[in-house]
This record gives sequence, structure tokens and C-alpha cells, in this order.
Amino acid sequence: MLRIHRVQLRIESLYHLDEMKTPIHLCIGMEAIAVGVCANLEPRDYISSSHRSHGHYLAKGGDLKGLIAELYCRETGCSKGRGGSMHLVDASVGHMGSSSIVGGGIPIGTGLALSCRMKKEDRVSVVFFGDGAADEGVLYESVNFAILKQIPVVYIYENNQYSVCSHVSARQAGELIFHSVHQRLMKTDVVDGNNVLEVYEAARKAVKRARSGKGPSLIECRTYRIRGHAGAGSDEKLGYRSAEEIRSWEAKCPVSNFMAKLLREGIISNEEITDMEKMIDAEIDEAFRFAQESPLPKAEDVERYLFCE
Amino acid sequence: MPWSKIRPEHNEPDFAHDEDKSPRRLSYAEAVREALDQALSLDSRVFVMGQGVDDPAGMFGTTLNLHLKHGKERVFDTPLAENGLMGIAVGAAIGGMRPVYFHNRPDFLFLAMDQLVNHASKWYYMFGGAVNVPLVVWACIGRGWGSAAQHSQALQGLFLHIPGLKLVMPATCYDAKGLMLSAIADNNPVVIIEHRYNFRHNGHVPEEPYRVPIGIGAIRRKGNDVSLLAVSYMVTEAFHAALILEKEGIDCEVVDLRSLRPLDENLILSSAARTGRVVIADTGWKTGGVTAEVAALIVEKGFKSLKAPIKRVACPDVPTPAGYTLENAFYRGAEDIAAAARELIKDRK
Repeated sequence: MLRIHRVQLRIESLYHLDEMKTPIHLCIGMEAIAVGVCANLEPRDYISSSHRSHGHYLAKGGDLKGLIAELYCRETGCSKGRGGSMHLVDASVGHMGSSSIVGGGIPIGTGLALSCRMKKEDRVSVVFFGDGAADEGVLYESVNFAILKQIPVVYIYENNQYSVCSHVSARQAGELIFHSVHQRLMKTDVVDGNNVLEVYEAARKAVKRARSGKGPSLIECRTYRIRGHAGAGSDEKLGYRSAEEIRSWEAKCPVSNFMAKLLREGIISNEEITDMEKMIDAEIDEAFRFAQESPLPKAEDVERYLFCE
Repeated sequence: MPWSKIRPEHNEPDFAHDEDKSPRRLSYAEAVREALDQALSLDSRVFVMGQGVDDPAGMFGTTLNLHLKHGKERVFDTPLAENGLMGIAVGAAIGGMRPVYFHNRPDFLFLAMDQLVNHASKWYYMFGGAVNVPLVVWACIGRGWGSAAQHSQALQGLFLHIPGLKLVMPATCYDAKGLMLSAIADNNPVVIIEHRYNFRHNGHVPEEPYRVPIGIGAIRRKGNDVSLLAVSYMVTEAFHAALILEKEGIDCEVVDLRSLRPLDENLILSSAARTGRVVIADTGWKTGGVTAEVAALIVEKGFKSLKAPIKRVACPDVPTPAGYTLENAFYRGAEDIAAAARELIKDRK
């Protein structure tokens, strides 16, 4: 969590230099979900994700240098500079690509789970999606199919309450409809998405169910998008949500609260935290240096990768 | 020929083939079915999905009883959720399977365009070659018996526009099998658009598995005066047009494009260069469609060889009417192709 958090802050702090020429969608305040879920996964397990995918990518073990180089649109980026920030991939750790079409990753992650079943592999597939994607019909189509076929997929609904500037209450008539599905058909859960241990525990059970052939689960993680929809910094001045609302969720920061708990319980010391931060920052420095020094894709390669031979 | 049934009525025209013709004849549907059956037998990654692939009619016969032989895990019916299921097929393909997703009619592909166009076609490029999508999407254009505006659309022009999709339109029974086997073996998303009228044919189909390469057209009849470049069922119409014109002393070459992406540019340009006169015939609309693209190619790269303006034979830019008098007025055929060719030849010196 600390690593994801600090990577986000570094990206944000350098974004104004205009060297990362790609839209960014920061997941500050949502770190616990990616971490709590992915801590239950093996490298061979699949995840699929969305435009707001930095956290998922890193939590699943995606290469940090590849991420930063992708933001710098370099040939060494995880998508070789063809994808940008919204299209991250690291197939070596089961991250098979993120879609920036809202809801686009939902059926793909479901199909990955189908492939696990058909190939009789010991693998599960986790689909991260937000409340914007929960508006889309493709969620209904995918979850229905997953229940019908009892395939090993876990749906993680990151309800951060906002789609750009539109609050979930303006878009949805009530609770997510799948909470009303009989638990015999699919187990669903609602957790505090800012509490990493709660997320971890719910995901642990869901992953276990999927792995043991008991079909799909859905976990709603209630959270909040601290920053604006895209770009760096606060969007408080836009006025679609109150400063008090933002402050109240900042107080629920999953990283600092978990850190305080660990300190309180004597599991970790301030010194260890400082060491961790130093180590993380050194790794981030190195990743940015790698990205900045990496070559850009060449103009003559614009048609490369259209088709796979 | 009631709408829900389509049976082989006659042999396909005596098309020229690159290879010796197999004495064995199969119907068009049987040819497709044999390709699927063989692919399912030869490759455990292959599976067939779609609305009604396991029903008693077996998708016009193309998937008939394959679920009995290969099991319901590998040949399965799907919910009527085209976009979700297209995405699920994409995901399964990314996960190392080789799905073949059947759609009764291309019209329903509109419901799946997000996953097909925004996802399947771009995944390999967008991730710098890290992940590929070996997916086959099959749909059959309806025509006749009051199919009307939402069960007869020939959407190849739309798919032709999308980089990252391969687009195949077979015209012969031989190709129906060989192009299906190539599409399944391909590492990319391949859209196969069939035509209902092709299903009236029996044709030469060898029993063993074989592949027809995607991107290579075929000359179905050699000729020197006019090139008739045609797609899918219009190849049959063009062949009939060539027989009509032969009696009038006009010697037509019939070129079957077979694949629209990649397009066999060399074959098109060399035929146009030989005859200098070109008619392009498609089963779809005229504006922004296949005839427009092929005409543009010839003008761009073969203009000097043209002795007359290019003629296009395509459907008028209106939705397909249901009633048969209007339907007859909507569709184009051998007579229209012949008339276009005569126009080109009238100033011949």
C-alpha cells in the first residue's frame, strides 16, 4: 500500500512537467482494495482492470519500471509505449491488459476464468471494476454467465462513489442488484474498502471458493476517490462535491490508518517505516530514471504489432 | 425456400480452382461443419459458442450435432448477451483458448461492437504485442423471404474499416472449409461473414483438413476484356454474368476477393492491369463500403492501366425492404453486373 501510495504521489508531483504525456487516473485513497485482494493471489492468477489501474498493476506484481516507462511513452514501457497509462499489462504476473472502456474488462476477466475452467488450470480470475462500470449492462451479462457456468471468477466492485463528477446516487436506483441474488447462486459481500484487513478477509474467502470450484463471488468495497477523475491534484474547486466530504475521506486514508494500527499494536516501529519509505523511494527514483533514459518508439514502427504472426 | 430452412439446391458454378478439384462434394453448410469438427478434434483449445449452436437445426447445419461428439463444454449455447459473450470469448482467447463465436446474423454483431472493435481488434497492438486474441467471429448475412432491415445487413464495409480485424468472406464450399480452418489457426481476431445464398450450393471439398490462406484472392474464371471483382455470393453472380457476356463476345475475368483484410492487392491490380476495365460487385451498401475501398485502391495504385471508369455494383443506400417486389429492386445480381460490363466495353476500339 505504501509503495502504491508513494508511486502515485511521485507521478502526481512530476506530472506538471508534461513529460508523462498520457492521461493519469490516480487511485489515492483506494490502495487497500488492490492490495487486500491481490495478497490472496498467486502470480499465475489473472486480474483485469480499468483506466484507474496503477494500484492493481503494482499489487499484482507488475513491473514498476515498465509502468513508469509506459507513462513516459517509452519503448521499454510495459505496453511498449502503445498503451499509455490506461492500458497496462504484465502477462508474466497474470495482468492481461486493462481497458479504458468503462466496464470493458468485466467480460474479459470472466472469459479468462472460463479459459481456466476449460483448461482445467488451478487459476482464478479477478475482475476489478468501479461504480461507473456497475452502470453498464455488460456487468449483468458477465455475472449471469459466470453464475450459469460456475466459473472461477471474483468480481471486485470498487465503489468510489464518483464517475467523473457524477455521484453514484444520480446513476443507480439503489444497491447493486447482485446483492439481491440468492447467496446460493453467488456469494456477495460489502466491506469497508479502506480497511485492508477487511478486504483481505473477504477476498480470501472468495478466492478460496473460486479455487475450489464453487463459482463466482462479488465483493463491494466502499471507498472514495480522493483526487479528481483524471490528472494531478485535487478537483475541489469544481464544486461538485464538498471540501468537508473530501476531508472526511482523507481522514479514512487506508495507508496511514493501517500504519497507525501497526504502530499502535507494536507490529512495526517508526524506524522500520522510515526504512521502508527510503527503500520505496529509491526504487521509484530508479524507475523514473530508467523511464527518462529509455528510448522512445520509432516512427517507422507505427504499424508494428497490428497483427500477431 | 422458407426462411428458417436453407438446403443445398444445386452445385456451385464451375469455378476455376488453384488445385485439382476433389471429386467429393459437400454442401456449403457441411463444409463449414467439417472444418469445425476437424478443428475441435485436432486442437483442444478450440471451442464453439453461440446462440443455438446446439439446437436441432445446428446454425443452418454448420454446427449440427457437434455438441454430441465434442461435448457441451466445448460446443455450447449462449445467453442472448452479445457484448458480454463477445468479451468472454475475447478473455478466453487471451487465456489461451481458440473460441469460434457464432452469430446467426451480422446485424446482432452491432450489439457486440464494443468488445469486438474496442477490445479484440486492439489488444495486441495496444499492449505492444504482449497479449494476442485468437478469436473467430462468424455470422451469416440473411437475404430473401422477408428478412427485412434487421436480418439482412451486409456489414463488411464497417468491419473493413477497423484495423486489427481480419475479414474473410468465402464464396465457395472449398473456401468455406479452408478459410474457417485458417481463421481458427490464426493468432488474431478473424471475422467471417457468410451469405445465406451460398448455402444453396454443393461444391468440391476434400475430406482431409486444409487451409486456404487469409489474404489471397482467387481467379474463378480467366478473361481478357473486363475484370469482375466480387465478394462472397456476388462471385456466383459475377460468374453467371461472365457466362451471359461470353455469348456476346465479351471475355470476363472473375476475381474472388475471399479476404477483405488483408486484401489481395496484387491480384486486384494485376487483373485490372490486364483488362483495363473493372466492375466491382459486393453484397453490401455502396457508400463507404467494399466497392468504394477496392475502387480507391485501383485508382490510387493502378490508374494508368484503366481504359474506362470503374463500375460498382452494390446495394442502394437504404435499409433492406421486406416485401419481395421491393426486395428484388434492392438486390443486385448477374444482370446488373453484365450491364455494367457492357457499359465499359461499348467504346472498345
